[in-house]
Amino acid sequence: MKSNSAEYLLEMKNVKIEGFSDRRWHDIVNGIDLNLKRGEILGLIGESGAGKSTIGIAAMGFCKAGCRFKPGSSVVFDGLELTSASEEEKRRLRGARIAYVAQSAAAAFNPAHKIIDQFSESVVQHGVGSREEAYADAKDLYSKIKMPEPDTIGFRYPHQVSGGQLQRAMTAMALSCRPDLIIFDEPTTALDVTTQIEVLATIRDIVELFNTAAIYISHDLAVVAQMADNIIVLRYGDLVEEAETRRMLDDPKEDYTKSLWAVRTFKKTTVAGSRESEPIVKVNHVTAQYPKTKEPVLYDVDFEVHPRETVAIVGESGSGKSTAARVITGLLPPLEGSIMLDGELLPSDYHDRTKEQLKSAQMIYQMADTAINPRHKIRKIVGRPLSFYLGMEGDEKHRRLNELMDMIEMDPKLYLDRYPAELSGGQKQRICIARALAADPKFIICDEITSALDQLVAEGILRLLDRLQQELNLAYMFITHDLATVRAIADRVIVMLQGRIVEQGEKGVVLQPPHHEYTELLLSSVPEMNPDWMDRIMAERASGKGMRSAGN
Amino acid sequence: MLAQRILLGLLTLFAISLIIFLAVSMLPGDAAEAILGQAATPETVAALRRQLGLDLPPHIRYLDWLGGILQGDFGTSIGNGREINEVLGTRVYNTIFLALFAASIAVPLALFCGILAALYRNSLYDRTVNVVTLSSISTPEFFVAYILLLLISVKAGWLPSLSNVRLDTTFTEHLEKTLLPALVLTLVSMAHMMRMTRAAIINLLANAYIEMAALKGMKRFRIIVHHALPNAWAPIVNVVVINLAYLIVGVIVVEVVFVYPGLGQYLVDAVQRRDMPVVQACCLIFAATYVILNLIADILSILTNPRLLHPK
Repeated sequence: MKSNSAEYLLEMKNVKIEGFSDRRWHDIVNGIDLNLKRGEILGLIGESGAGKSTIGIAAMGFCKAGCRFKPGSSVVFDGLELTSASEEEKRRLRGARIAYVAQSAAAAFNPAHKIIDQFSESVVQHGVGSREEAYADAKDLYSKIKMPEPDTIGFRYPHQVSGGQLQRAMTAMALSCRPDLIIFDEPTTALDVTTQIEVLATIRDIVELFNTAAIYISHDLAVVAQMADNIIVLRYGDLVEEAETRRMLDDPKEDYTKSLWAVRTFKKTTVAGSRESEPIVKVNHVTAQYPKTKEPVLYDVDFEVHPRETVAIVGESGSGKSTAARVITGLLPPLEGSIMLDGELLPSDYHDRTKEQLKSAQMIYQMADTAINPRHKIRKIVGRPLSFYLGMEGDEKHRRLNELMDMIEMDPKLYLDRYPAELSGGQKQRICIARALAADPKFIICDEITSALDQLVAEGILRLLDRLQQELNLAYMFITHDLATVRAIADRVIVMLQGRIVEQGEKGVVLQPPHHEYTELLLSSVPEMNPDWMDRIMAERASGKGMRSAGN
Repeated sequence: MLAQRILLGLLTLFAISLIIFLAVSMLPGDAAEAILGQAATPETVAALRRQLGLDLPPHIRYLDWLGGILQGDFGTSIGNGREINEVLGTRVYNTIFLALFAASIAVPLALFCGILAALYRNSLYDRTVNVVTLSSISTPEFFVAYILLLLISVKAGWLPSLSNVRLDTTFTEHLEKTLLPALVLTLVSMAHMMRMTRAAIINLLANAYIEMAALKGMKRFRIIVHHALPNAWAPIVNVVVINLAYLIVGVIVVEVVFVYPGLGQYLVDAVQRRDMPVVQACCLIFAATYVILNLIADILSILTNPRLLHPK
């Protein structure tokens, strides 16, 4: 270990980074100062485009392809100025003394090599130890972080291990050379809440155990509140506010920080129709199975959606939420059971449904990017259902397009003749909503539509859907794993686990105790804006209350 | 999955045998007329046709032919009346010898140059190697062959200009005599493999696991060879195999230039003599080469992909 005369392990001063696109340089980070002591954890918070990941890897002296430090930037790690260090000097640091944990372990593990070989690679290549020593250390770490079968799990390939375990294996991999600093870049964003809490616990144990300093990057405040000693809030590459965690949570100074804190306050205003009325959609004891699986993925699923009602389906990945949507839309004909739409029995395969039946139930997807054709203009994307379902052409179609754009609060003059690539993520999702509305539906399935969006943008989408429900008497089925969204928008909640409905009822009833034990697990795993929340939950779970994650 | 591929391969071969047979029997004129030449009178032609079995209906002739092949008998050459099997063995051996010799130079060289091009992409090296290989692939192979003949064997006198091997040629002599055609084949087949290696690797460089390797402090060469290459095998193997097939099937012109007694020469001679059984036999072997090599490519793609090799 080098002698450390400076007080700080990492000092970033006036860090400015620019990126090259559209044939010119754009500023991404505009002069950030940041200091980190040994063993300290710093949280970086911000929405997408705030520059948090860029700053995170800049701490390793690394810029993504097409980006560079601007003159005057200084990143000093343990006495070494990284902006002027040679590639070789920086290469020796990376992996050995500063390690990185990426957002998606599934993408960041090389599919061609076994997990334990990727663990030992840094150790061997940086000359820290032999392969055998690294293997032994990996098994030891895997058992310390309570991975199942710690002696053998490393000898699997990444695709043979679940997402949550892979993320934990990557945290262990970051530790392989016992670095002084680890950069965690949204390490739990892609995980279910029940898995997230286990990964968070792993990260905390490891950081405490080895007294490692860390930069923890996330858009989720409640998560950062559990991990960090200090928090920095970023926006558009600028530092908005910096404070000790508790003070930041209790007493945010800046308006932007306050608005981030307030996001979860939205509540649905539309009053649902009476449950006495005819349901719009009735799912009758559906059991369904994919052609290639041996067992059904849905067992005896039975629920109704009434006019002006929002039914939220929650559950972990693999619980059958999206499969239920596929059965309703006729993409996957069920083995048993049936679907009724507005009192009418629907053919189980969408090929056999009439246009009238098809247009009544529309769908909005999670990834607006992949759900709209990037080579079509907005006019064509939204206009297609108008001509296909309703036979509109010419002036009539143009008028309706303008109305639809007004409904989603986007100026038709500005946007109708643009391509999707010119729009932001939230705007693209609005276009998907307009396309669904164009068919003049009674019922819309929203499949994780806000989970790829920043919280402020997501809230705007929820407000829009709420207003449209009020105006157009729509019924929604909301598929989500985010319980904050459920609290905001649902009238009724259906909890699914491994293809079965474990609990359903009005939101107030389902979300209040007493719960089914799985609902309890889901609810208690959602991080709260309280730095002590995680300690409390882990203590409760250690004492044997509640059940463990069902997914694994 | 593998059984299905093999079955499909056999089916393809069967369909090809049918196509070859139909195509050959649709050609104008027949062997009887070709053999008799000037001496052809209607009577002698009819007699010879009967003798050769050419008067039988086509489906009987096809089944006879197919049945013979299934027992390993390719029939009798009309041109010299000898069993095709006698000649075919050495011809196939010679062609495969040359193909493997060329491949043993071209494949490692192409992979090596491709990896270097990916490593130093857009550098002077990358551009030079691209231009050189592209020019050599765009030049007709007989032209490349004659240029090399002129330079290496006529002017410098390092290598023999004819590749006239016999049964009693020793292995080292065989190598020496086929080095020049092997070099020609290397030049014309390398560009494709090299460019695919480069493209397949560069395609992967945007992946998160490549950035991860860089953030783990791995050297650039290791990132390319250890992290990108293992995931690039499937497209590379496919292109290599197509080129191997080309080295066996497409060498006709090169064999003729160097007077090398391979399958290609045999085919060209047979076409000139209207020796249809030989033409059919050669075509079927060429087709089988493609089918077998593609099967090998499929197997290698599975072997190099952990997702297929080690399912969940």
